[in-house]
Amino acid sequence: MDAQVATHEHAHPKPALYLKVAVILFVMTALEVLAFEVAHRSAAPLHGLVEPLLNEILVILSAAKFALVAMFYMHLKQDSKIFSGLFVFPLIIATVMIGALLLLFAYLRTLHPAA
Amino acid sequence: MAHDTAHAMHPPTATGLDTRKLAIWTFIGSECLFFATLISNYLVYKGKSLVGPLPHETSQCMLHGQMTTCEPIFEIPLVTFGTAVLLFSSFFVVLALNGAQQGNRKRLIGWLSATVVCGLFFVGMQVYEFTHFYHKGLGYTTNLFGSSFYTLTGFHGTHVTLGVIWLATLLVLAIRGKIPAEKSLNLEIAALYWHFVDVVWIVIFPVVYLMR
Repeated sequence: MDAQVATHEHAHPKPALYLKVAVILFVMTALEVLAFEVAHRSAAPLHGLVEPLLNEILVILSAAKFALVAMFYMHLKQDSKIFSGLFVFPLIIATVMIGALLLLFAYLRTLHPAA
Repeated sequence: MAHDTAHAMHPPTATGLDTRKLAIWTFIGSECLFFATLISNYLVYKGKSLVGPLPHETSQCMLHGQMTTCEPIFEIPLVTFGTAVLLFSSFFVVLALNGAQQGNRKRLIGWLSATVVCGLFFVGMQVYEFTHFYHKGLGYTTNLFGSSFYTLTGFHGTHVTLGVIWLATLLVLAIRGKIPAEKSLNLEIAALYWHFVDVVWIVIFPVVYLMR
């Protein structure tokens, strides 16, 4: 990497920070599976609270894990904002596209319930 | 002198950024859209299968030419373990990159080997899962769940396999001493791809295996 590049791309974090992120990611994955298990066992404590909110809990945990990897492991937090733009802009389009397709197919099913 | 050589190899760009890094980020951006179509496809057909096997429910399915009762097909503990392994592989590859940037060849080789092993484990897990599902009666055309599941996770598995090959190639180069600190960008680009494969799985795991 040359000096010109170095002016726009900053130093990457230390291994200790990477370890902290890894531990947080591991704990979040454990929480995802715990929420799934609680939601699927009617005798489990907090079942009544977790079961109706399972999808929301999973989306929040998954989005947080996604952001942690992108910011710290993919270095978007330190690197040029151009890289962030190249990643985030398609990500927004992708999210809108998933939402639009789900709404479209849900609407089509109201028109043709048997389909 | 070495600085001049570096400039000669990578002339300054209008953005001041390395074009190879811009290229991989552009590619990753396009891959976001690719996987969004596959995830949309899975979600649109989720719960629409007429016959089993199904992910979380007991169902009626065709097995060896006769209708029978099929148990839920997913094995959450195995996939959770595979997910954890893939997450840790992302951690290992940033440590390998850190080693490469500091010119620490021993650390580079050690952590890169660990990453490749984790990647191989994940691919192995997926091969086992696909084989197991097939023997339980879930073929590619059995039902909508089978088609969308194999397409989504199959394309992800292909990406992981390509990532393993890329990282293994870099590992061989590192062992031969051909990744000095000034060439660490080669590993950084491969690591970006590997992290992307990881973030895609961060979405696929809850969407496919955990959500109702």
